[in-house]
Amino acid sequence: MAELTQSIPASGPRQSAAPKASRWKRSTGAGRTQSAGPVTYILLIIATLFSLFPLYWTVVAASRTDTELITPPTPLLPGSHLIDNLKIVWSEVDMTKALINSTIVAACVAVSTVLFATLAGFAFAKLQFRGRNALLTIVVTTMTIPPQLTVIPLYQIVSNIGWVGHIQSVILPSLVAAFGVFFMRQFLSEALPVELVEAARVDGAHSLRIIWHVVFPIARPAMAVLGMLVFVQSWNDFFWPFIALNQQNPTVQVALQGLGSGDHTINHAVVVCGALVATLPLLLVFMVLGKQIVGGITAGAVKS
Amino acid sequence: MATSVRATSDGTPGSSRNAPNSQHGGDPGPPRANWRVRLFRLDTKASPYVYIAPFFLCFAAFGLFPLIYTGWLSFHEVQLGTHATWVGARNYKELWDNTFFWGALRNTFTMGVISTVPQLLFALGLAHLLNYKMRARGFFRVAILAPYATSIAAATLVFIQIFNPDYGMMNQVLGHFGAGHIQWNNSKWPAQIAISTIVTWRWTGYNALIYLAAMQAVPGDLYEAASLDGASRWRQFISVTIPSIRPTIFFTIIVSTIGATQLFGEPLMFGGSIGYSGGSDHQYQTLSLYMYDKGWQTGELGQASAVAWVMLLILLLIGAVQMLVARANRRKLGG
Repeated sequence: MAELTQSIPASGPRQSAAPKASRWKRSTGAGRTQSAGPVTYILLIIATLFSLFPLYWTVVAASRTDTELITPPTPLLPGSHLIDNLKIVWSEVDMTKALINSTIVAACVAVSTVLFATLAGFAFAKLQFRGRNALLTIVVTTMTIPPQLTVIPLYQIVSNIGWVGHIQSVILPSLVAAFGVFFMRQFLSEALPVELVEAARVDGAHSLRIIWHVVFPIARPAMAVLGMLVFVQSWNDFFWPFIALNQQNPTVQVALQGLGSGDHTINHAVVVCGALVATLPLLLVFMVLGKQIVGGITAGAVKS
Repeated sequence: MATSVRATSDGTPGSSRNAPNSQHGGDPGPPRANWRVRLFRLDTKASPYVYIAPFFLCFAAFGLFPLIYTGWLSFHEVQLGTHATWVGARNYKELWDNTFFWGALRNTFTMGVISTVPQLLFALGLAHLLNYKMRARGFFRVAILAPYATSIAAATLVFIQIFNPDYGMMNQVLGHFGAGHIQWNNSKWPAQIAISTIVTWRWTGYNALIYLAAMQAVPGDLYEAASLDGASRWRQFISVTIPSIRPTIFFTIIVSTIGATQLFGEPLMFGGSIGYSGGSDHQYQTLSLYMYDKGWQTGELGQASAVAWVMLLILLLIGAVQMLVARANRRKLGG
């Protein structure tokens, strides 16, 4: 773990020294330039099939009846019962409320994380202050603390103030994440020329003004990507919402858990249909913004 | 990117109120300006701390304090809503004597290995493939990342259907090879493999993209030199690519190990209504599930806290081992 915290800040300067700010937008493929042969394509197509097939099959199963699903051979083409299954999903769990809750939670967490992470990332990337490296190491180290170590006291706190089953108990602990701080720091140390900040300072701009007029405009693409990543993460989060919420006021994931483990006989097609409802919003986002998300993940990655 | 930088540097600082000289030069200035300079200096000094404060406040309240408090609780007997009584190391001793705890520890370890190792190996191979110049690379990248958009809950519910012993697709496919009667839920190893498959499916693409980013930062002349020396593509992959991206590999190993230690949602949902016991015979109960079982089913928060702290100790241990391995590795290569 110490190795990790050392290697990450160390990778910063080396990386920013490289004259390649364009890497953010489009990978330049500096390493290899060989073209792909047919074997590469075949292997990649197989990998893609493995990756996409379960998603496709979710659509298939969600549009079938329970009987069709549990009678081999398993159907491989979509059926005509999607609407019926959706109706049953909505009658078994409060999906509308769950979708609204998930949207509120993910949106709040994304907006606040992006805002605070940009401020902190800017400070770590471009401002000089005492204890900067030590504090950055702490930030990175906190990424390794598992949520299991904090849920018991959190649950006690939340239950003492009567927030169990209320979504603020899910929003509040995730207002800002170490990953976001680190992500914005990586981006800003590459993309924001320090002269720009100094010039603004010399011009007498106070720091909030610098943030607003210099940092935010430059950081906008990274903020958008971080926002999406955090939104996805928050939408898919399970452990803490499962503990802090309940079936009366669930997020989508908690509602799904309820759908899959009810006491009544489980209708498998309906369960998969619920999974589809939970995944579809994000898949749509992925289809539209996939390339930006991919770019964000690769840009936030630790490079050697 | 460059254009947006220029646009801002042309526009904003120029439009702010003072000309550079009036602030900087030997302008004696009235006391009001003096005050302003002092404020400006204070702003420069204090603002970094203001910007990082939200993170550290949030971390102190929802990370550090609970972390320490969990440690404190682990030495107490406490039910939700009751007062804690000091019991010393009894919670830890009870864990030590408990076969379910050791089972959970073993399961966490085995499932960690059979999900992390294939996941990272596949990711490495995929990243290598994606690093070639090709058509439709954007499509391939998005496609292999698509599982990342699914949640633990949704993915597990779908894979439960695929792995169903009676009608699931997996057994139908394996049936063509004469091995179609695997009890994916009730027997130990098949269940652990099924659960690990879900983890691997969701995270391989994500790791592949992280590796890809690292690979693209490897200088091209290293490969040119290698191919001049007559190194085959495979040889280049082993001798140039892997050593060059070692810090990234190290990073993903740590992150996936941490993830594997926390395995919770997949086994919970894989078991359906008896999920928190980790299957009919606890055959895939992980440490997290065991902690949940202790804390929220039995209501023994002290015991649950002890489990949580054992997890932290394990993570520290793994971190130390990995650090030693990395150091030994570097020495060997560094000469």
